[in-house]
Amino acid sequence: MATPTTVDFDSILAEAERRWQALTNGDRPWVRVGTGLAGEAAGGFEVVSAVKAALEDNGVAANVSEVGTLGLCFAEPLLDVQTPGGPRVFYRNVTPEIAERIVSEHVAGGVPVADHAIGYLGHRGIAPDDIPRLDDHPMLGQQQRIALRNAGHIDPSDLYQYIANGGYAALNQALTAMTPDEARQEVLTSGLRGRGGAAFPAGVKWGFLAGNPDPNKYILCNCEEGDPGAFNDRGILESDPATVVEGITIAGYACNANRGYIFIRHGHNQPIDRTRAVIEQAYELGLLGQNILGSDFSFDVEVALTGDSYVSGEETALMEAIEGKRSMPRYRPPFPAQVGVFGKPSNINNVKTLAYVPEIIARGGEWFAGIGTPADPDNRINGSSGTAILCLSGDITYAGLIEVPLGMTLRQVLFDMAGGVPNGKRMKLLQTGGPLGGVLSASDANLDLVLDFDVFRAAGAILGSGGIIVCDEDTCAVDLTRNLIAFCQYESCGKCFPCRMGMSHLLEILERISNLEGTEEDLALMRNIGENMQAGSLCGHGQLGFNPVSSALRYFGDEFEAHIREKRHTGDCPDQVFSPKLTRR
Amino acid sequence: MDAATQSLIAHAVNNQPQSTVTVLSSLLAVEDAIGYIPKEAVDAVASRMDATVNDVWAVATFYPNFRFDPPMEHRVEVCWGPSCHVMGAGSIIAAAQDALGLSDEGDTPDGKATLRYNTCLGACAHAPVMAIDHHLAGRVTPESARERIATALQSVPSH
Repeated sequence: MATPTTVDFDSILAEAERRWQALTNGDRPWVRVGTGLAGEAAGGFEVVSAVKAALEDNGVAANVSEVGTLGLCFAEPLLDVQTPGGPRVFYRNVTPEIAERIVSEHVAGGVPVADHAIGYLGHRGIAPDDIPRLDDHPMLGQQQRIALRNAGHIDPSDLYQYIANGGYAALNQALTAMTPDEARQEVLTSGLRGRGGAAFPAGVKWGFLAGNPDPNKYILCNCEEGDPGAFNDRGILESDPATVVEGITIAGYACNANRGYIFIRHGHNQPIDRTRAVIEQAYELGLLGQNILGSDFSFDVEVALTGDSYVSGEETALMEAIEGKRSMPRYRPPFPAQVGVFGKPSNINNVKTLAYVPEIIARGGEWFAGIGTPADPDNRINGSSGTAILCLSGDITYAGLIEVPLGMTLRQVLFDMAGGVPNGKRMKLLQTGGPLGGVLSASDANLDLVLDFDVFRAAGAILGSGGIIVCDEDTCAVDLTRNLIAFCQYESCGKCFPCRMGMSHLLEILERISNLEGTEEDLALMRNIGENMQAGSLCGHGQLGFNPVSSALRYFGDEFEAHIREKRHTGDCPDQVFSPKLTRR
Repeated sequence: MDAATQSLIAHAVNNQPQSTVTVLSSLLAVEDAIGYIPKEAVDAVASRMDATVNDVWAVATFYPNFRFDPPMEHRVEVCWGPSCHVMGAGSIIAAAQDALGLSDEGDTPDGKATLRYNTCLGACAHAPVMAIDHHLAGRVTPESARERIATALQSVPSH
């Protein structure tokens, strides 16, 4: 690894601030374009090319940066322009043609293009009166951005920009003013619960590893996010990977670990490339490697890639994949904190969990614990501190990525912030927490559910990874359930036969019901299969794999009966159902 | 197998950027380099990792992103995960099959393109999503999917 060129944090910070001043208060405009996965899908790279060509045509010198996502995915490609001393004006759904206009009129001419603007930040200055403040957009107003604090604002591949915005102050503070136990205590105090799905207290989990005397210990960061409808882990890594790299380093310090892996699915290029870029710079600046910032603490981090496999996100399957094998779950015990990756003690944390850690150390555990929902032991509610990072997709006006305090209601998120269902239709169904989470009816009672891990569990759903797919009145609950089980069947790794065969059997039955050929016995048969899957599977894929069916039966049992008894469709289910024939062999 | 491909395989297997080199990382490197895993690559990975040929095949056949014969000129992927399903992935798959003259996923007889179904391409807020030659496109309609495929078929091959 590269030799550190400097170990003095103050001089790194001074250089970072000098560069940031030059960017934001220099003599050149700064153009930022969202090119995360959502930005790419909307044409962000074409916009970047168009901006660069137009700058040349207009003979204007400007800095152009590719940033991650501000979370306003519905408005991607999102482009913003900051002229020297002027406001930051954001433009929505930019095409190459609109980009040319923005460059010639705003960047070169100094006059913002009001008809494509979505808002401005900073002092109004040259922004015309008909451009609102960006903060006034319903999607942004009620957010509390901790893990997403830099997303969409900084160049994710430039570690100096992260440092100039407060980055690495927490690691510096931990190394100079805290013992590993004190750092871990801060995370315990914060009440931070793991954001990968199980919601286990992160500080307690770290304690399992910290107590192991082995000199070689690993911290694994899980970004194997195959959950359809969840894109927050990738959103963080493509927008601000440095907060995760700093977080995993602090976790390493707190657990006396010496090595970390950030685990990403191959082919997701923005998260991979940007994470690798900041890791490389962290080594150059002495923020990773031997004797970090001149301390006794040494820590190495690298990116590990997996092939396409949803089960790779399961903690023991993830370790198998890092070792280069088939990603199938292991038996427990031994637990990862005793025998983990390469046989060494390991601790697995989700991207979001680690992304919070720098701010928890910098601002204190009490601050984080003050956000969210309190415990209510009488109702088996343990309390959920901090924020929820939610991915909204499906039939929703403002699709995107938001970070809100836990304790808000689904109604506030889906209607006040995300604008409800478009085209005047009724919200019918919510699919939360990935395919293994349940479906919820969009009833008044469910819309009043507060964002809290235990409250969701009690309602038969999982807040888990934070994906919420919204379905309008046209969606058939049976058809969606069939799609979810088709996904689970395709992604079953095949190790445990109750899951491997149970998923196939469930899919067969659901296809039969979708085709109006189901029988009365099918519902009992599915329940029987589900019980066996739950009892006989090693990991959550099989144990929770019946959730889509059980929750759909709970909330939409009448639609199953309509298909079975009345031979009637209940929505826009297709005549010919589609399930891929290729499965994992 | 020609010498050039052999040497691409050797280079991919022996020059991986990360320090932890495994069977899986080696297979991914080969796939990135030549777009498929030929028998010769399995041998090379087995030899580099001191693993058996069986061990390498076991890993390669587990992950559906690997293919074992040379890739077509173009790769069309359509997502059918729940977000995309709700937003009409079924009609996108039908349009892609129609545009390519296929009735399921697989290769076209003329060797021009492969159609693959994908469980999540990662841009759920822009569902339905497709990818052509690893380039994402969101909010596609059956018509725009056909147009994109037609344009791709006339462009320079991706490999």
